[in-house]
Amino acid sequence: MATAAEARAGGEARPAPASLFDKIWAQHVVRELPGGAALVAIDRIFLHERTGSIALKSLAAAGRGVLHPRRVFCTMDHIVDTLPGRGDDTRMPGGRAFITETREAARAAGIHLFDVRDADQGIVHVISPELGIVLPGATVVCPDSHTCTQGAMGAFAWGIGSTEAEHALATGTLRVNRPKTMRVRFEGRLGRGVTAKDLALALIGRHGSAGGNGYAVEFAGSAVRALEIEARLTLCNMATEFSAVAGLIAPDDKTFTYLEGRRFAPRGADWEAALDSWRGLAGDEEAVFDRELVLEVDEFAPMVTWGTSPQHAAPVTAAVPTLEASGTTREAFERALAYMGLESGQPLMGLPIDAAFIGSCTNSRISDLRRAAAILDGREVAAGVKAICVPGSMSVKRQAEAEGLDAVFRRAGFEWRESGCSMCFFAGGESFGRRERVISSTNRNFESRQGPETRTHLASPETVAASAVAGRIADVRELMG
Amino acid sequence: MRKFTTLTAVAAPLVRANVDTDAIIPSREMKAVSKTGLAEGLFAGWRYIEIGGREPNPEFVLNRPGYAGARILLGGENFGCGSSREHAVWALAEYGFRAVIAPSFSPIFYGNCVRNGIVPVKLPAQAIALLAAAVERDPAATPLTVDLVARKVGAPDGQSYDLPIEAEAREMLLEGLDGIDLTLKQRAAIEDFHARDRAERPWIYL
Repeated sequence: MATAAEARAGGEARPAPASLFDKIWAQHVVRELPGGAALVAIDRIFLHERTGSIALKSLAAAGRGVLHPRRVFCTMDHIVDTLPGRGDDTRMPGGRAFITETREAARAAGIHLFDVRDADQGIVHVISPELGIVLPGATVVCPDSHTCTQGAMGAFAWGIGSTEAEHALATGTLRVNRPKTMRVRFEGRLGRGVTAKDLALALIGRHGSAGGNGYAVEFAGSAVRALEIEARLTLCNMATEFSAVAGLIAPDDKTFTYLEGRRFAPRGADWEAALDSWRGLAGDEEAVFDRELVLEVDEFAPMVTWGTSPQHAAPVTAAVPTLEASGTTREAFERALAYMGLESGQPLMGLPIDAAFIGSCTNSRISDLRRAAAILDGREVAAGVKAICVPGSMSVKRQAEAEGLDAVFRRAGFEWRESGCSMCFFAGGESFGRRERVISSTNRNFESRQGPETRTHLASPETVAASAVAGRIADVRELMG
Repeated sequence: MRKFTTLTAVAAPLVRANVDTDAIIPSREMKAVSKTGLAEGLFAGWRYIEIGGREPNPEFVLNRPGYAGARILLGGENFGCGSSREHAVWALAEYGFRAVIAPSFSPIFYGNCVRNGIVPVKLPAQAIALLAAAVERDPAATPLTVDLVARKVGAPDGQSYDLPIEAEAREMLLEGLDGIDLTLKQRAAIEDFHARDRAERPWIYL
């Protein structure tokens, strides 16, 4: 069987079958570079106040300008507070400087800025699709690892460092080693209470946190086609936890319907031309991938993590695995269990929790909040559990309030916040407590990620909501009508 | 950027899977819009006894006798996973590290190393275990060599491994090249591309 590279080289008169990734790559190569890399054109650059600020500042210090400022966007999401009445001051020590320096640098560079009080402010990977900034077939970069989220729109979107961001800003290109390609097909129908988040955790749990290393991963199959756009964003969001360069989903009518009329989406004749072009992006039937995985989803259950890597994931109905079943080394396994205060064989369901968090670029969109609210409606968070909901953007927040979801969250005992990354990570300001057990709709359960020695269990928003009500890790299906 | 040709130095084994960039430089240690002032925060959660404190944890490898002056880090699988923060690499570089050897790296971390004069070396886990075992017997007397010119990694006991690295990454490290300068030499090709692309995909050009 031909490898993907051989298939691409082809040499036949007919063009070799191409995948979605192959097509986007081919459209953006400015020039091949020696040794397999290429100079790739960048269509959209997003920055935020934590890593974008330093890129803008360093670029200016080097006397370089931004080549295409109208195609560069910046938001305040990582450091900005999410408590009501927020401004430039932050709970994080020194946070104010990140915000004010980013504002000054963004204004000087003439790029779009979604400032602290902007109606469109929000988490970069929530607002980019929401505003029609990321488009099918586009290349999108941001100095943020979860940029892969945006690949759900049919784009090649990936996280970079600050130095690379400077390169993209100054030249409108990046020097990129062509990634290998992988297709992950999720086939079948999702059961009740099983979501895109559970697909991602099941994939990483099965194939490891380095399973996608070096690959641009296309998510496909009947279960992916059936996902709505926001759920696709959740799935692609976790591609970086799989160590993939990017996650992509072929754009379809759902994608086009979602984008039409959004603030930065094409209009009029441009929209029609764009649609024509986008309809040709889906991969050819015979496209060859360097690796293919197939997962049958019918029997999947809601997932929860038990350790300190997203690969430490199990069905909520399972127990903490044995070393042999854990897919990890003895050292990593023992370290993770000691950190989490757990033992092999302990059931996950029923573990008492101290806190519940709904938010982050993974699961803070309106559909996430609706599903969590449906669980919380008429119920209350268990005594002693701190519960927080942080909408992913101000637009999501307004929509939720228009639907009365904020009242549901508040009545249940959740805090209702302004949008931002918030307590997905601990930056020296707000945090969960030492050895507190938190169930969280976020993406990383690393040691001390959400607070010093905080024990994070990743799950879907509805599993977080159900667990908040129970005061312990719960199977959301038991609360569903 | 500092050039890298060859280096013989003390190596510190931190052979854990999934050492993430939050562990390399916790968010709370990124206190200013700056690429410097980060070395003290390197591995802060493991290196110091208290979160936010500075009292060394004697158990942590960099605080153990024999590892002073370590310039090479031996890591585990998926090294540098997590956040894209380049601060992780700036912190390693400021501390003095010039090479990280691991079975696999997060792609963003790998790219950040190359752009900051740190050689990311991919070796099989088995080779790293053998190197770590040799180093741990007597770290100060067992410096490792990372030779980017000859593309070899070696130990005084005769262990020697090929150093796999992409042509462009090697060139950039050897010459200390700035990617922006290199790319700006292609300005004409970039302008041609944009002229052609604007006609094909006008909606991209806001």
